[in-house]
Amino acid sequence: MYKISLDNINSLFAAIAESKELFLPVKKAGQANYANWTEDCEVALDSLKTVKSPKDAFFPQFETLYKVNRKIIPTDASEEEGSETLVETKLRTKLEITPTELKDKDFVVFGMKSCDVKGIEALDKVFLTDPVDNFYKARREHGIIVALACHEPEESCFCTVFGVDPADPSKAKADVATWIVDGELYWKAISEKGEELTKSVASLLSDAADDAADAEISNITNIMTKLPNTKLSLEGWGEGKTDEKFNSEVWNELYKPCLGCGTCTFVCPTCQCYDIKDYSTKDGIQRYRCWDSCMYSDFTLMAGGQNRTSQVQRFRQRFMHKLVYFPDRYGMYSCVGCGRCVDKCPQSLNVVKVIKAFENEKKEAGANV
Amino acid sequence: MQGLIDRLSALLSDGTVARVLGWKKGDMPYNPEPHMFETAESLKDFVYDGFCGANLSKMMIEASKLEGKTAVCLKPCDSYSFNQLIREHRVDRENAYIIGVGCRGKLDIDKARANGIKGIEEVSGTELDGPDSVSFKTIYGDKEMSYSDLLLGRCHVCKGKEHMIYDELWGESKDTADSERFDEVKALEAMSPAERFEFFKKELSKCIRCNACRNVCPACSCRKCAFDNNNFDSQQKANVDSFEEKMFHIIRAFHVAGRCTDCGECSRVCPEGIPLHLFNRKFIKDIDELYGEFQAGKDPEAQSPLTDYTFEDCEPGIVAERSNG
Repeated sequence: MYKISLDNINSLFAAIAESKELFLPVKKAGQANYANWTEDCEVALDSLKTVKSPKDAFFPQFETLYKVNRKIIPTDASEEEGSETLVETKLRTKLEITPTELKDKDFVVFGMKSCDVKGIEALDKVFLTDPVDNFYKARREHGIIVALACHEPEESCFCTVFGVDPADPSKAKADVATWIVDGELYWKAISEKGEELTKSVASLLSDAADDAADAEISNITNIMTKLPNTKLSLEGWGEGKTDEKFNSEVWNELYKPCLGCGTCTFVCPTCQCYDIKDYSTKDGIQRYRCWDSCMYSDFTLMAGGQNRTSQVQRFRQRFMHKLVYFPDRYGMYSCVGCGRCVDKCPQSLNVVKVIKAFENEKKEAGANV
Repeated sequence: MQGLIDRLSALLSDGTVARVLGWKKGDMPYNPEPHMFETAESLKDFVYDGFCGANLSKMMIEASKLEGKTAVCLKPCDSYSFNQLIREHRVDRENAYIIGVGCRGKLDIDKARANGIKGIEEVSGTELDGPDSVSFKTIYGDKEMSYSDLLLGRCHVCKGKEHMIYDELWGESKDTADSERFDEVKALEAMSPAERFEFFKKELSKCIRCNACRNVCPACSCRKCAFDNNNFDSQQKANVDSFEEKMFHIIRAFHVAGRCTDCGECSRVCPEGIPLHLFNRKFIKDIDELYGEFQAGKDPEAQSPLTDYTFEDCEPGIVAERSNG
C-alpha cells in the first residue's frame, strides 16, 4: 500500500496527465461529472455520485463511427466529345469512407466507485461478446481504472444488494484501489495495468501500512447495513421470471407518473442501448451513434412499426431488462445499485420502488389467501 | 392532511369524482410521486407535504379524457398551468374537479444535500401547517434547516397565494416571495453578450438531452414533438454540445413564449441543475415590456399578446430597427 497527501494530489494528476488522458469527477456549474483533467479544473473527488456515470469513458453518449465524403472525379477530356448533356452525365463521383480511428492511447479513469466499475462489467457482457464492438473494446484495452472507496454512502445507495463492495474497491474489477482517509489518499495496485501505473507515479507515492484502510473499510461496511435500501430483496427476480413478471398487473399502476424522459437511462451506469443515424453534411454523410432510451416513443421504431407503442410497455421493458432479461442472457443483473435514478427521476419513480411494489403485491396476495 | 384525505374520500364515495389525482407517499421521506387514486381505501397512501412539488396540471390532459370527473389537487401556481391548458383546449374543464390545495412553498431536497445533509432516514416539519424549520434524522447525525432555505428556486418568486381556478379550497397558502421576480433576468441583461454567452454555454453544456424539461412542461403538450420525429433531421437525438448550447433550449423557449406561466418545473426536474427557467422568464419580461404586463394562465379567456394582433403593437426586432433607422 502507498499513500499521497491530498494537498499533493494535483501533482499526481499532473504526472498521470503527462502521458495519459485523465478522466475524473469535475465540478462545472455546480454539478460533478466525469471530464478530462485540466490544470484549472475543479476536481470533485469528494462527490459520492457524479450526475452521469463514468460509462462515457468507454461508451460515450455520442460518437462518430465514420464519415462518407463524395468526391467528384474530374472527367477525362477525351470523354468530353459530343453534347454538353453527355459531359454532365459523365461527371463521376466517388465515395470516400473514413472510419473513426479506434482508441490507441492509454487513459485513466480516476475515482470510479465500485458500483460504476460493476456497471462496466455489465457493458462488457454486451459489447465484448460476439459481435464484439471494436470501439468499446479498444477503449477497454486502453482504459486504466482507479477505483475509490465510498467514504460516506447515502440513503439512495443499495449496491450491496447486487454484491458490490463499496468499502473495498480492491474487490472490484479495477486496476488500482484507493481510499481517502484523513487527508491522505491510500493506493493499492490490483492488476498488471495498475502496477504499471503505480510505477509511473512511484516518485510521488510514499509507503503506507497494509492495514491503513482497514478502519475505513469496516466503517463503510457498517454504514451500508444502516441504509434503508440495502435491505431490498431480489427474490422473485432474475433468470426465468419473464412470464410471471411480464404479465403482472403491477406495471399498469406503476408506470403512470412516468414522463417518458430519458433521465434514468442517461444517468445509469449500465444502460447500453444506442441508436445509429446518418447526419447529412454538405457534401457527405456522418454516421454516428448516440445513446438511446427505451423510454422514448421512437425507440427501436422500424418500418414494420413493431416497437413498443405505449408508455407502460416502455416502462416495463426498462425494469424487465435490468432485472430479468439481462440475468437470463448474461447471468448478472444490469442494475448495480448506484441509486442515481433514485436521486434523479423527476417523478420519483425508480428501480427500488419497482422492486418494492412487487414485494407489496406478494404480501397483499398472501394476506388475501 | 387528514381533513384533505377525508374530503377526497367523500368525493370518491358519493360519486362526485371517479378518481383523485394527487401524490402518493414515497419510500423515502422526501420522494412522493404523482398518483391516480381510484378508491377511497387507496387514499391511505395519499400524502400532501412540502415535497409535493410536482405540478399535476399536465397529467390532466390524459385524465380529462377518462370516463367521469377527476379530482385534481392544484397548488396556487399549478392553477395557472391548468388555466393555460384550458386556453389551449388541452384539458376539459368539465371533467376536472379542482381542489385548490394550500401551499407555503415546496422543498428542494438538493438544497439539503448541498448543505451536507445525507444518509437521510426521517424528515419532519414539512407538512402544510408545520413549523418554520425542517428536521432531518440522518445516519450521520441530526440536522436542521429553515423551511425557507430549503425552498425550490421558483418559490422565492412566488406568484401569490391565490388559486386562479378551483372548485373548492383546502388549507392556507402563504406568499413565499422574498426576491424580485425579474432580478435574475436583470443580472443576465447586465452582462456583456460575451459574458452571457459564456454563462449559458457553461450551464447548457451540462445538458444530457434527457428531455425531462420538455416532458414535464405543461406548455409542451404537442402530441408529437418535432424533436421526436425521426422523419426529419430535426430529431437530433445525439447529445452534442453545440446543439444543446445554441439551439434546443432556445427553440423550446421560443415555442412556449407567451404560454409559459413560469411554473418552474423545467428547472425543478433538470438532473444537471440547469436554470432553464431563465430563458422563459426573460421572454416574459420582454413581453411585459413590449406589450404590457401579461401573466399566462391568469385568465383562461385572455388573449396572449403573441397570438393577438393590433395596429398598436410595437415592432420589436432588428427589422423594425432597420426600417426606423
